[in-house]
Amino acid sequence: MYRVHAGGTTYTFSSLKELLAKATPPRSGDVLAGVAAKSAAENVAAKMALADVPLKQFLNEVIIPYEQDDVTRLIVDTHDTAAFAPVSHMTVGEFRDWLLSEKATPQKVSALAPGLTPEMVAAVSKIMRNQDLVLGAKKAHVVTKFRDTIGLPGHMSARLQPNHPTDDKKGIAASIVDGLMYGSGDAVIGINPASDNITAITDLLVMMDDVIRRFEIPTQSCVLTHVTTTIDAIAKGAPVDLVFQSIGGTEGVNDSFGVKLSHLKEGRDAALSLKRGTVGDNCMYFETGQGSALSADAHHGCDQQTLETRAYAVARQFKPLLVNTVVGFIGPEYLYNGKEIIRAGLEDHFCGKLLGLPMGCDICYTNHAEADQDDMDILLMMLGAAGVNFIMGIPGADDIMLNYQSTSFHDALYVREALGLKRAPEFDAWLTKIGVTDPSGHLAPHRPGNPLLTHAQALAA
Amino acid sequence: MTADPWANLKQFTDARIGLGRSGSALPTHEVLNFALSHAMARDAVTTPIDWTPIEKGLADLGLATLRIASATHDRSEYLRRPDLGRKLSDHSREALMRTAEMENGRPDLVVVVGDGLSSMGVSANTVAYMSALLPHAVKAGWKLSPVLLADDARVALGDEAAEILGGKAVLVLIGERPGLSSPDSLGVYLTLSPRVGIKDADRNCISNIRQRGLSYEEGAFKTAWLLREAFRRGLTGVALKDESQFLLEGQKGPELLG
Repeated sequence: MYRVHAGGTTYTFSSLKELLAKATPPRSGDVLAGVAAKSAAENVAAKMALADVPLKQFLNEVIIPYEQDDVTRLIVDTHDTAAFAPVSHMTVGEFRDWLLSEKATPQKVSALAPGLTPEMVAAVSKIMRNQDLVLGAKKAHVVTKFRDTIGLPGHMSARLQPNHPTDDKKGIAASIVDGLMYGSGDAVIGINPASDNITAITDLLVMMDDVIRRFEIPTQSCVLTHVTTTIDAIAKGAPVDLVFQSIGGTEGVNDSFGVKLSHLKEGRDAALSLKRGTVGDNCMYFETGQGSALSADAHHGCDQQTLETRAYAVARQFKPLLVNTVVGFIGPEYLYNGKEIIRAGLEDHFCGKLLGLPMGCDICYTNHAEADQDDMDILLMMLGAAGVNFIMGIPGADDIMLNYQSTSFHDALYVREALGLKRAPEFDAWLTKIGVTDPSGHLAPHRPGNPLLTHAQALAA
Repeated sequence: MTADPWANLKQFTDARIGLGRSGSALPTHEVLNFALSHAMARDAVTTPIDWTPIEKGLADLGLATLRIASATHDRSEYLRRPDLGRKLSDHSREALMRTAEMENGRPDLVVVVGDGLSSMGVSANTVAYMSALLPHAVKAGWKLSPVLLADDARVALGDEAAEILGGKAVLVLIGERPGLSSPDSLGVYLTLSPRVGIKDADRNCISNIRQRGLSYEEGAFKTAWLLREAFRRGLTGVALKDESQFLLEGQKGPELLG
């Protein structure tokens, strides 16, 4: 039982699960699930009660029973007591104060990751303002490598997302040229395929591998299909760089995606066996997003932000290159408007980073949400300031396959110019070498000898 | 403004490539074009569907129809309450029970058409897609229920409807969330042994069926292939991969890159 006196009223919360849910900043998905605070005052009272909870309590009280859920078992069984020691005496509120203080250096914050549970991190995020989520995340540096180096301080990468509604190879090739000419693609060139046909997927993998090898691009490719399909493709000899999977924070939501933890290990082992990385071997790409557990009816009465953070406990077991919270894709029944999407994006990035993950964000919305590109500009700017590892680069921010709006190649240029963020160093050097950028990293005037331009002319001929 | 010399690649895709730039930003006319597309998509989400022409088109194909509705009361509630969009209204549940009593034997396939998030996608593509699918169904000898036309529907609404009718499989045609360049896209979801509470991983999906996307013939061919395999193997979902090959055989040609 958790209790607090606030504004002349005594509020009680029967469990940590209830307290976490009611302390969450308002969003439609928690109302839909029936777990949200019933009033604005109860929401703040819950934050006050949560601020006084000792971090140690999170090791004594789980929000989903150990016996019922393999994600809970993973969290409990892999907790690192030694890494937790520096903050083990703190309450949630004291942890916030410490994180934002000068004492919490990037080195100290990063070393904490294995000692923190998702619920601890979710809890502290709930009592933080948006600006706290920016400065807190900025201290957690997470660097990963495959063919280039992603996540260095002062750097931001972009996934080139050249989707096409029928997987038309020439259409995809056209978008790849466009993205590279605008300096995007250092996180990954990643296609969401329309089909899960293994032959079609192998064709896309071969095509991207050809582009990367032909132009010697220091980046990696990925076709975002189910892990079992990628395992089949590897077995048939396809050139797979990264293994993709959508994941969630409960066993039930992962069941709904048709994925077991053992599949992820099998996928990673298969990709590692190909030894295709040149500067590192982080070979997994995960996507997550608040609301997936409720959508799969596998939320156990928990709030969506806490469950999202539990998905990161799954991700960190597999040393991913990229973890992408696809924040506004799920729709207005989970995140209703621009304000809720912005808040969720900042929370996910902060929580993932504190847990040691290479967090990127698909800064996005759908046409049935109350949001527009101006809202995305705000989230992009704040995540850029927070040190986000990567964002999406989509032609004109309009994904013609998945039918939603994200960030564009131009948006990546905007945030680089506004905040002085650089691309992955290997990729930046390559862009300068072929003449796309000048040595300062800005787009250069188009030069006739640029091999990508020659390639574009050949494609169109 | 700086123009993009590769703008002629636009012939290969509807993606917004070759836009040019003003510094790091989009040129003025592209910013305004985008805003107009978004405004039109927003309008498309809220426009109610007119079933009358679809009923007539399906009747011309010899298909009976029945209108049903989910448990939501209006469009705004539909957007916030997907749980209600997955449940039949009491009135529709009773109507389906009466239909089930009158039907002679279990249908192999229950077809549900739901408005989903784009009434435009349903209006533009339903009759043409069904026209392409019907010869496959006749050839295979599948017994079809009346086509159910569902207001304020989510995909899972088809599970409850098909369970009441005793369908061995359910095919849900639904308006996909509109994109800026494709406000009129139809998605098709196939589920074997439909029942309330079945998981999304147990469905197969074919998306982007529209005039400028996956053609009606290809969509119907894939649907029929998946249905035959579903009945033969007794499953749908992630364990049933689309290996129909049809699309690829139609697209064989010189390698584009490398």
